[in-house]
Amino acid sequence: MNLEGLILLLYVLVLASYLGFELIAKVPPTLHTPLMSGSNAISGITIVGAILATNELGYTAFSKWLGMGALILATINVAGGYAVTDRMLKMFKKK
Amino acid sequence: MNIYIQIAYLVSSVLFIIGIKKLNKTSEARKGNQLSAVGMLIAILATVVQVEAITLVDILICMVVGGAIGLYIAYKVEMTQMPEMVALFNGFGGLASVAVASSDYWLKTQEKMVDVDIITAISIILSVFIGGITFTGSLVAWGKLSGKVNGNAITFKGQHPLNLILFIVSVVLSVFAVMYQVDPTYIVGLVVISFLLGILTVIPIGGADMPVVISLLNSYSGMAACTTGFVLNNNVLIVAGALVGASGIILTNIMCKAMNRSLISVLLGGFGATSGGGPTAEGSDIVVKEVGVEEAAMLFDSASSVIVVPGYGMAVAQAQHIIRELSEQCEKRNIDFRFAIHPVAGRMPGHMNVLLAEANVPYDKLIEMDEINDDFANTDLVFIVGANDVVNPAARSNPQSPIYGMPILNADKARTVIVSKRSMGKGYAGVENELFGYPNCLMLFGDAKQTITKVVGELKDM
Repeated sequence: MNLEGLILLLYVLVLASYLGFELIAKVPPTLHTPLMSGSNAISGITIVGAILATNELGYTAFSKWLGMGALILATINVAGGYAVTDRMLKMFKKK
Repeated sequence: MNIYIQIAYLVSSVLFIIGIKKLNKTSEARKGNQLSAVGMLIAILATVVQVEAITLVDILICMVVGGAIGLYIAYKVEMTQMPEMVALFNGFGGLASVAVASSDYWLKTQEKMVDVDIITAISIILSVFIGGITFTGSLVAWGKLSGKVNGNAITFKGQHPLNLILFIVSVVLSVFAVMYQVDPTYIVGLVVISFLLGILTVIPIGGADMPVVISLLNSYSGMAACTTGFVLNNNVLIVAGALVGASGIILTNIMCKAMNRSLISVLLGGFGATSGGGPTAEGSDIVVKEVGVEEAAMLFDSASSVIVVPGYGMAVAQAQHIIRELSEQCEKRNIDFRFAIHPVAGRMPGHMNVLLAEANVPYDKLIEMDEINDDFANTDLVFIVGANDVVNPAARSNPQSPIYGMPILNADKARTVIVSKRSMGKGYAGVENELFGYPNCLMLFGDAKQTITKVVGELKDM
């Protein structure tokens, strides 16, 4: 990666963090547990990297095995995180 | 990279943001979570179309295995176990980042024998380091929360110097890993040390501080995903990671404020390591007044406003369902019935709300501390179930108390206070509660579920 590429990514990082702080500060305390489990699911976005790492031919490459391990873990986060968050949010009812 | 794939990643990023935005309203939160899941699906599909047909099978197998495990945990977990589950998932996220980053490093430096440029190399190192700490730190937190590891603060001499030395060693290893990429020893060493640091930084933190720790580790898992985005030059990882990182930091902050603890003192640990002796010894001469089931029922019957202060003890006694019945009995009598939720009422941010929502308590009856605190003075009856430290007036008045300065619910200001409690045990912080000796305070001793069931029975007969 060159320096310009890095700067672009840093822009994305700074703006997304700022947006994150603004949005999440407004989440009511009632929903903080679903927010956390939902973030578990979102941090499963490493699934993208894991898929690409698994995309190596042959089973002799250590990098591929690392990718497959990562893929299982990230999928647990994604599937489990979204499912449990949905399960919780379903329970929140108004009178 | 194909422009359509880039656009797909952009759409996912936007969906994650909208999903979080929708969490601002309880009525739209579920939709928000679903939108976020759609965003994830789009990101996955956009990635899968880039892979070779042959490896698709491996990818599918891994995803089926991971998906099955994830769904199994998600549907089996009890709501009381949510903190453990979040801790465990934080750990998985951390380890996934370690694996992705080191896979990239290994592929380039060991298998393809090409050098990694310095920016990517630093990103890989950060990803491995943050991810490694997140992984083992979360495992320790998970062990402590689920009772598999002693929940007390474990401290030993030279703990902080040891951590500092390990940190310095990891910086040195990082420099070598960037300079001598052909030799994998350094990156492997870095993984090992980050694992060690994760364990060592969480074991000194006591059970009472765990809500802070899991919030912080939540943030770390986001940061680890973020650095992996820098490794792969991928924006969607950076956006998603930044959102999670921000969320974890905000929650960490809220938890620290709610316990009047600074993040540094939480991380240095040792809180809750010592109990007995010291300033707590003099409080034991509190004289309490007991109340019986019938009398308690009469107090509910004659009140016009009731506030329940639930604590984690309520969930331990599985009393939330019977409390909902109690609320129904009171509402039949046109009694204003609400719940006052302290930010650290459960074992993680917002935990108490989930536990009560599961018992079908409507969420508009759950009022947060700042909104309800002024109402206690005009309330006939406060019913404290399984809460202790969060209603201890010593936090306001006694500078010697370890919880002094912690914001509390002003339950003591109500006309009458009933405390449902198994025995005269101390709270999480190991502090005596002087509220129990107040003239307006009555103790309803016994298992919360059993005694409240009897109170509800009395109310039904009235």
